[in-house]
Amino acid sequence: MAITRDDVLNWIKSYAQAIEENCEMLTDLDREIGDADHGANMRRGFRAVLEKLPSVEDKDIGTILKNVGMTLLSKVGGAAGPLYSTMFTKAGMTIGAKMEMDLNDWAQALEAGTTGIAKLGKALPNDKTMLDALYPALNALSAAMGNGASVGEALQKSADAAHEGMLATIPLVARKGRASYLGERSAGHQDPGATSTYLLIKTAAETWTDC
Amino acid sequence: MKKLINNPEDVVKEELKGIELAHPDLVKVFYDPDFIVRADAPVQGKVALVSGGGSGHEPMHGGFVGKGMLDAACPGAVFTSPTPDQMLEATKAVDGGAGVLHIVKNYTGDVMNFEMAADLARDEGIEVESVIVNDDVAVEDSTWTAGRRGVGLTVLMEKIVGAAAEEGRSLKECADLARKVNGQGRSMGMALTSCTVPHVGKPSFDLPEDEMEIGIGIHGEPGRHRIKLEPADKITEMLLEPVVEDLPYKEGDEVLLFVNSMGGTPLIELYIVYRKAVEILDAKGIKVVRNLIGPYITSLEMAGMSITLLKMDEDLKKLWDAPVKTAGMRWGI
Ligand SMILES: Nc1ncnc2c1ncn2[C@@H]1O[C@H](COP(=O)(O)OP(=O)(O)OP(=O)(O)O)[C@@H](O)[C@H]1O
Ligand SMILES: [Mg+2]
Repeated sequence: MAITRDDVLNWIKSYAQAIEENCEMLTDLDREIGDADHGANMRRGFRAVLEKLPSVEDKDIGTILKNVGMTLLSKVGGAAGPLYSTMFTKAGMTIGAKMEMDLNDWAQALEAGTTGIAKLGKALPNDKTMLDALYPALNALSAAMGNGASVGEALQKSADAAHEGMLATIPLVARKGRASYLGERSAGHQDPGATSTYLLIKTAAETWTDC
Repeated sequence: MKKLINNPEDVVKEELKGIELAHPDLVKVFYDPDFIVRADAPVQGKVALVSGGGSGHEPMHGGFVGKGMLDAACPGAVFTSPTPDQMLEATKAVDGGAGVLHIVKNYTGDVMNFEMAADLARDEGIEVESVIVNDDVAVEDSTWTAGRRGVGLTVLMEKIVGAAAEEGRSLKECADLARKVNGQGRSMGMALTSCTVPHVGKPSFDLPEDEMEIGIGIHGEPGRHRIKLEPADKITEMLLEPVVEDLPYKEGDEVLLFVNSMGGTPLIELYIVYRKAVEILDAKGIKVVRNLIGPYITSLEMAGMSITLLKMDEDLKKLWDAPVKTAGMRWGI
């Protein structure tokens, strides 16, 4: 009943794969309300992460996640670079030198990552950002844990909530990032960052379903 | 996509190599992380100016590295802010002991990456100040948005503060001067055509043949509104009026008038705009005492232009006229 170091590595690899497959879709979303680079930024970052992983894959979960964070910081750029970097770095710091974690560790890591993003980007719920996928994912996760759900069930609930949060960004008017320049014109478009964040939670649920 | 490039992923690296080969007398280029510093960096005892941003705005910022302007520039991927490791290494490479000033255009990505870099540099014992440029009146400035974008004024700030640093002013004086310039300058831009980011391969936005975008940002971010094409004089009016009203610039003011090409608009058209802009300002009793006309802060091949006004005084005039020797701007030397 634990998520092992190798499970974490598989999650990162599967997310890198998801970014590769959805790169164009993410960039297209960013073309609507941003500057058409979100997919390309994330792909550049996670290609570098895949190159970095072999040198840290025998380390503990915290070290691995912090290295992912550092790699993203130096490769992604844009707004997403520092934000995703903070997410992985804070999550890594929270989990620390463990070789396996339970759902509770994951919930705390996700919460630390989310808080880090909120602090750095100063966005609030419903500002049409990554946070609008993260907060629901976090809330659903702790609700499911409170109900005694299995790891697989709880993660699935969390991913479903992230998905809803992502879709709920569509009618919102952006108040942070490049999309905010559009004002009312940003309504009617799904936020690219919330979309890449949903993929992050989704790949975790898929990879760890039998943990 | 029709572009003079090789592999889209290599665009920035190949551009840097070209700059390195073309201007060894002016700059040194470093790779991984990528940054450009002036050839004689670090200049001992002088405040160093570091700026940076996405590529695709050439000559800004790399073309403004040299005596009398920037000490270093950090180029990101096209239209994407650079990363903190570039900014940190550039900051260390140019620190001459008098501190380093970061000139940051107000975009979420640029601001966050520079903020992290400044923290890292301070941890290493370097004195760093940051100044944000946010001169674009097309964006509503409210606590509910990311705030106004940094556009044309960035060029003027880099020149003026660069001259002040060269003169030996302190870090605090340079930062205060930069904030003063930001307080007295305003801009607005427009686009006739879209532009295509090389690694994206298709236009950043679609603009029909008979329409234009008023209030465009330098990355093709949409502006205030999209309307039918008008003659140059009308467009000049549409950009200049909101700029003048915003500060506001008043009768008796002396200004620098900067008419900038977005990349695809030729000088012949910029002069037509300049002529009309001077006429409008004259009628308001605002005196153009300095000017800059040409492609200085571009958006790849986008056709269009921006107008920037900066209220001048004796000090700013003197600093504007001071010698500058960079690939993109050169006089007095
Ligand atoms: N202040 C913020 N807080 C949280 N998330 C944000 C913030 N600003 C932007 N974002 C997220 O970042 C996403 C855009 O990331 P992207 O990689 O496209 O960077 P960018 O804004 O284009 O950066 P740059 O301006 O340097 O090009 C948005 O969709 C949004 O979810
Ligand atoms: Mg973007």
